[in-house]
Amino acid sequence: MIAQVEDSPDVIRAQGLEVGYRGRPIWREATFGIRRGEFVAVIGPNGAGKTTMFRMLLGLQRAWAGRVEVFGEVPRRGNPRIGYVPQRHSIDQETHVECESLVRLGISGTRWGPGFAARSEREAASAALSAVGASDLAHKAIGTLSGGELQRVFLAEALVGEPEMLLLDEPLSNLDLRRSRDLVDLVARLVHARNVTTLLVAHDINPLIHCLDRVIYIANGRVATGTPSEVLTSESLSALYGLPIEVLHDSRGNVVIVGGEGDRGAESG
Amino acid sequence: MTFSWNLVTDLRDMWQYEFMRNAFAAGTIIAIVAGVIGYFVVLRRSAFATHALGHVGFAGAAGAVLFGVNPVYGLLLFTTAGATGMGLLGRRAATRDIEIGTVLAFMLGVGLLFISLYKGFATEAYAFLFGEVLGISRGGVVFTFEASIAVLAVLLLLSRRLLFASLDEEVAEAKGLPMLALGLAFMILLAVAISIAVQVIGVLLIFALMVTPAAIAVRVATRPLTAVAVSVGVALLATWGGLFLSWYPPYYPVSFYIVSIAFSLYVAVRVILALLAWFASPWTRTAPPDPSPHSG
Repeated sequence: MIAQVEDSPDVIRAQGLEVGYRGRPIWREATFGIRRGEFVAVIGPNGAGKTTMFRMLLGLQRAWAGRVEVFGEVPRRGNPRIGYVPQRHSIDQETHVECESLVRLGISGTRWGPGFAARSEREAASAALSAVGASDLAHKAIGTLSGGELQRVFLAEALVGEPEMLLLDEPLSNLDLRRSRDLVDLVARLVHARNVTTLLVAHDINPLIHCLDRVIYIANGRVATGTPSEVLTSESLSALYGLPIEVLHDSRGNVVIVGGEGDRGAESG
Repeated sequence: MTFSWNLVTDLRDMWQYEFMRNAFAAGTIIAIVAGVIGYFVVLRRSAFATHALGHVGFAGAAGAVLFGVNPVYGLLLFTTAGATGMGLLGRRAATRDIEIGTVLAFMLGVGLLFISLYKGFATEAYAFLFGEVLGISRGGVVFTFEASIAVLAVLLLLSRRLLFASLDEEVAEAKGLPMLALGLAFMILLAVAISIAVQVIGVLLIFALMVTPAAIAVRVATRPLTAVAVSVGVALLATWGGLFLSWYPPYYPVSFYIVSIAFSLYVAVRVILALLAWFASPWTRTAPPDPSPHSG
């Protein structure tokens, strides 16, 4: 198995993949490969099945048909090579636990016993917080953080186990444009410095577009993948939706996608 | 029995009596268990479930007396059954106050029926409702000790996993933690802890010993281990203080003193923290966040 992984440049491989939820198919015929160290955006309208893709890679949900491999294996729950930041709409302000303790759980949360004397855990946690530029938050209560601070701390929690892959679900959803860009730049730096393959779910591609290696575009029950310039074209998205779609570019390289999503409105920037 | 400022002689006076020694021993053990498990109760927002389990236990205790069984077994049976039910329904169930409240009221009513069926039951019912720590026997202390060691040992073993599952459910699940089993284990530990704590504080006042100390702790300490220590400290202070004060005129009930000490400390901490936040000292970690903390 290990040898196979080393031979293959792809850390994620999907072949004719089909998934559904509660008896309803979500998307099908997904075939793609993600290489080690790539920064990938997963884009698509609400309810298109972006989170479902993450749940499948995490081994929390099974494929209906086709196959998917992560690091050359069938996905399994609890894979320590994957760091995960789920989408969180909010965090309870009554969470009076310091950030460092939360980040520590990223490595020790599945261990037995209280871990009273785990100095190495604390050091790893403070190194992870420092890697995301959040050292000053170590002893602040989670419930008191702003949206941008929270995302950094969650990122540190995912990074502390030194994963080879990061799955970030909508980390930008509660951030304004400037903080979105800051977080994307931080993630891009980590992707390159640590060669960690990163998939990031977003509903708007524009804050990401300058540093992406690949896009997974999910819509209309279909999945299209490729480089941003391959996927984000009028032809490619029209084929994906089966409807005429126009991709417009502004003077600064931002993308606007027009049409095709019916009453859900355009996913645009 | 007059109070002197020499606490050592005061305590020596009290501890001449076996019932006082038993009360202090059982109270100490129970305060430790309540303080530790209370931290997780607060973290998991299961305070109302805790309150309700006490009421479920009341029906069990009353039923046990009616059928001539040791009430502790009735308590354990009913609280464990209730906890298993809540645990199997998942974590969300522990925060569903309407369903829990409905069951709670029904169980209290069942307890009332058992009381009315059993003549001369009033004093015992009173003890279950409000606690009767001064009535704990030597055997009761031993049982309390054994049950507490078991609860603490399992809690210690599960502590990091439980903390993870409570703080960050989705990541913990993705990391492979068995969420249902963990939740169920926690609820059963809680049931045992409640069953023994009822002896000290009674089902109606269980909140004061199992939730209030931890609620104080999380406001003054953000590191879990420190918070647990503070929680245990507060529970001990309330229990010891209650036992101590009840020794002197006007001989008010121990439970009254325990809840009063816990309540006073809670109010004091909230007021002090509010004042600190008011002065906006930059070093207060517990200062309330700005009005829109999650908008970025």
